[in-house]
Amino acid sequence: MSKSDSQHKAQAAQSMPLIQGYEVVIGFETHAQLLTKSKIFSRASTHFGAEPNTQACAVDLALPGALPVMNKRAVECAIRLGLALGSHVAHRSIFARKNYFYPDLPKGYQISQFEIPVVQGGEISFFVGTTPKTVRLVRAHLEEDAGKSLHENFIGMSGIDLNRAGTPLLEIVTEPDMRSSQEAVAYAKELHKIVTWIQICDGNMQEGSFRCDANVSVRKPGEPLGTRREIKNLNSFKFMQQAIDFEVLWQIEQLEEGRAIEQATVLFDPETGETRSMRTKEDAADYRYFPDPDLPPLVIAPEWIEEIKNSMPELPRAMAERFVNTYALPAYDATTLTQSPQMARYFEATVKACGQAKLASNWIMGELSRKLNEENVLIESCPISAAQLGEIISNISKGEISNNSGKVLLEALWASPSSAIAELITAKGLKQVNDLAALEKIIDEVLAANADNVAQYRAGKEKAFNALIGQAMKASKGQANPQQLTELLKKKLS
Amino acid sequence: MSEIHDLSVAQLSQALQTKELGAVEVAKHFLGRVEKDKLGSFLSHNPELTLRKANESQARIRLNQARPLEGVPIAHKDVFVTKDFPSTAGSKMLEGYRSSFDATVVDKFAQAGCVPLGKLNCDEFAMGSSNENSAYGPTLNPWNAQAVPGGSSGGSAAAVSARLTPAATGTDTGGSIRQPASFCGITGIKPTYGRASRYGMIAYASSLDQAGPMAKDALDCALLLSAMCGPDLDRDSTSLDMVEEDYTKTLNQSIKGLKIGVPKEFFGSGLALEVKSALEEAQSVFKSLGAEFVPITLPKTELSIPVYYIIAPAEASSNLSRFDGVRYGHRAKEYNDLMQMYKKSRAEGFGAEVKKRIMTGAYVLSHGYYDAYYLQAQKIRRLIAEDFQAAFKECDLIMGPVAPTTAWGLGEKTADPLSSYLADIFTLPASLAGLPAMSVPCGMSKAAKPLPIGMQLIGNYVQESKLLNAAHQYQLQTQWHTMSPEMTGDLT
Repeated sequence: MSKSDSQHKAQAAQSMPLIQGYEVVIGFETHAQLLTKSKIFSRASTHFGAEPNTQACAVDLALPGALPVMNKRAVECAIRLGLALGSHVAHRSIFARKNYFYPDLPKGYQISQFEIPVVQGGEISFFVGTTPKTVRLVRAHLEEDAGKSLHENFIGMSGIDLNRAGTPLLEIVTEPDMRSSQEAVAYAKELHKIVTWIQICDGNMQEGSFRCDANVSVRKPGEPLGTRREIKNLNSFKFMQQAIDFEVLWQIEQLEEGRAIEQATVLFDPETGETRSMRTKEDAADYRYFPDPDLPPLVIAPEWIEEIKNSMPELPRAMAERFVNTYALPAYDATTLTQSPQMARYFEATVKACGQAKLASNWIMGELSRKLNEENVLIESCPISAAQLGEIISNISKGEISNNSGKVLLEALWASPSSAIAELITAKGLKQVNDLAALEKIIDEVLAANADNVAQYRAGKEKAFNALIGQAMKASKGQANPQQLTELLKKKLS
Repeated sequence: MSEIHDLSVAQLSQALQTKELGAVEVAKHFLGRVEKDKLGSFLSHNPELTLRKANESQARIRLNQARPLEGVPIAHKDVFVTKDFPSTAGSKMLEGYRSSFDATVVDKFAQAGCVPLGKLNCDEFAMGSSNENSAYGPTLNPWNAQAVPGGSSGGSAAAVSARLTPAATGTDTGGSIRQPASFCGITGIKPTYGRASRYGMIAYASSLDQAGPMAKDALDCALLLSAMCGPDLDRDSTSLDMVEEDYTKTLNQSIKGLKIGVPKEFFGSGLALEVKSALEEAQSVFKSLGAEFVPITLPKTELSIPVYYIIAPAEASSNLSRFDGVRYGHRAKEYNDLMQMYKKSRAEGFGAEVKKRIMTGAYVLSHGYYDAYYLQAQKIRRLIAEDFQAAFKECDLIMGPVAPTTAWGLGEKTADPLSSYLADIFTLPASLAGLPAMSVPCGMSKAAKPLPIGMQLIGNYVQESKLLNAAHQYQLQTQWHTMSPEMTGDLT
């Protein structure tokens, strides 16, 4: 057993919540639609949403005599994923034909990779809550998507839209390393983050750009793997969790009642929240895979990989590590701030403007994220620039304004992003009173007016002190620097 | 001057360029012969279109804008898709099918100035070696109407032989250019796999299919091959990335000292005596030109039959899946559900031989049999290619028969298809290795109605020029390629 294997087992053991005494085992197959302008083997556009069959050329329609030619950009996407996940990018991989008849499969076979895929091995690490988790990859291979059958609005017949036929996909397959639906969803979110981060997939789950199939089985701890059922086409993280949870309980129920699980492909119905079997292994077709004689082996030169490596962005994990090391952020902050390159960029620009990394992190993860969510705005379209947020934070850290005034400023700026911050502070009277003489005057007045509180405090009642601070703060209209106010009051009372 | 139809492509081209003949006159002459075709070699033609193209050619010649083959008529095997004619591949499945694009080869001939005469009969989806598997009826051998013309490019060979067209395209998967060329007494070459684009060729077995020209002699083949070859990397991934060659430039080289290998496996007991003696005569012609003969061995020759009849059907079973009645082609009139639509459409649309090969192919690829058949066949295929490389260490070219016999009688092998598979034995090895190979007329049988005998020349990869030169040098000394079936045949 290799070191990483044993580490992996140890890790799996510690994050293994049992359900009714059963261990849950989940593996994933994800189809990521690649961000290429044209199809994987033809020059037709991959643009989503066009009129049916307007984006299908002779190759996509499988007209007699048409032949496939590999789209280099799709290969580049595969290489990018391989580099991002520490996989082996095969120098030579093979395209194979998967033969079956279906009206939305024009050639009667799908071009895919079978025995030798382009991306081999690798792993994805992420947090489930605060617990670290690593999922190993088996492979990622290139293949073409099928068209769509349209069952509505055709009198007595089905229609076929071949616009999607030949759209490039990368099928990303994991080992059965996940032990709960939470881990599964966290994995899917992490993978989603990575494919969008490295710009190989737009991640649009509604449009089917990122489709997950979950292989789910259960077993008693220590026993061999149970029979799996594959839940197809999970196209939202919410359904993913629901579907897996339902499936796990269903499988446990079957086993508890003495029934064996039959290998099957199942679909999740969001209406009922249940999974139901589409086909069992008995119906499984013999796909008669064989190397596609129309496509020579895909050969990837080391120089090409090197070239792509140099164009890769800093990856979220590396960036999070850097945030911990450079900005002394807690791991949680670093991970949260690297959810998207846009957020990470915003954070770094804010730090640059104010020099206060932890405050910047707090503000972005807290107040700013709250506001963005509330307004349903993405950080890349945030009306408040990182420089402006930095200026607010600077004002707070220098004691110019209070933390609460910072929030007021943020709201004001959101409504009027072009305003100058200094002017807003003045206009809204947010400037803290740091003038000792003015504070002393206020305190003297408060002490005179609240003799009973003074007496109580002197008698040992701590609460009376807070009441006096409150009165003083009120008298300053909230603009007194709280720290200075406390110090002064203590001095006066001593 | 000889009759227009007796002129070679080279002669015709010269007569056109020098305005001795007009392109329209030439086109009309051949169209007239096509109209009277009794062989069933043409599946479609369109005089109006042909004459329009001929007029365009004539205008170009008049304006001194003639292209290399301006005004030379050509006809295409029906497995090449064309915009101007239906493209059926000899199958009912594609009856009346119109392609939205031209095959690269068809386009290249159009760019070279050739005038299209129509489309030529062939075995359905190029599966067969007698042309009897065409859904549109057999093509007859112009030398003897009771004999097959060979196949699958039987229509191409018969049409050239009968002087219905000066030039034709063919495709060769396991011998489909060479064997009919041999049976009809014409010259044909299958270039190195990948030399001519497969784009627009209705696929039979993708790893073997290769287009080539069929004409009267080696010079014509050189002219035609120069026009049709070249890289097509944007449309055919198996296309070789090598610039076009002018094969006519290397036709007049001495073959003194040329080493010609004679594989002993090609001269065994299965070879008809008259074929053997014709080849021996050809050898003495080559010797008189200074060539040397060296005995070589191609030990896996016999295995090429099972290997081919595993790999080709395997690929065919998948290539022909697109003919499902959904988007184009034959669809059954009545069906209850999707599965029945598939089954009936394919059962009605495909002929017996095609079905047989689809089933064979599906079987050898299926789970549990793949390793024993398909994978094993691929391994032996590599060994066959290695045998050739070993042989080419000893010689420059390889010479042997194209087929064990001359053309057989119509219907003779339909009851025993295995015997026609066995007759492919000499053409399959070069196909499996992807090597260039050609068929050159080298004799006539002694029958009452004599039938042509062909000699096969096989070269190493991309050495088409060496093959064509040797064949041309041979033809400068012999008359077999000039013989017309009108002298003895059933045409008149």
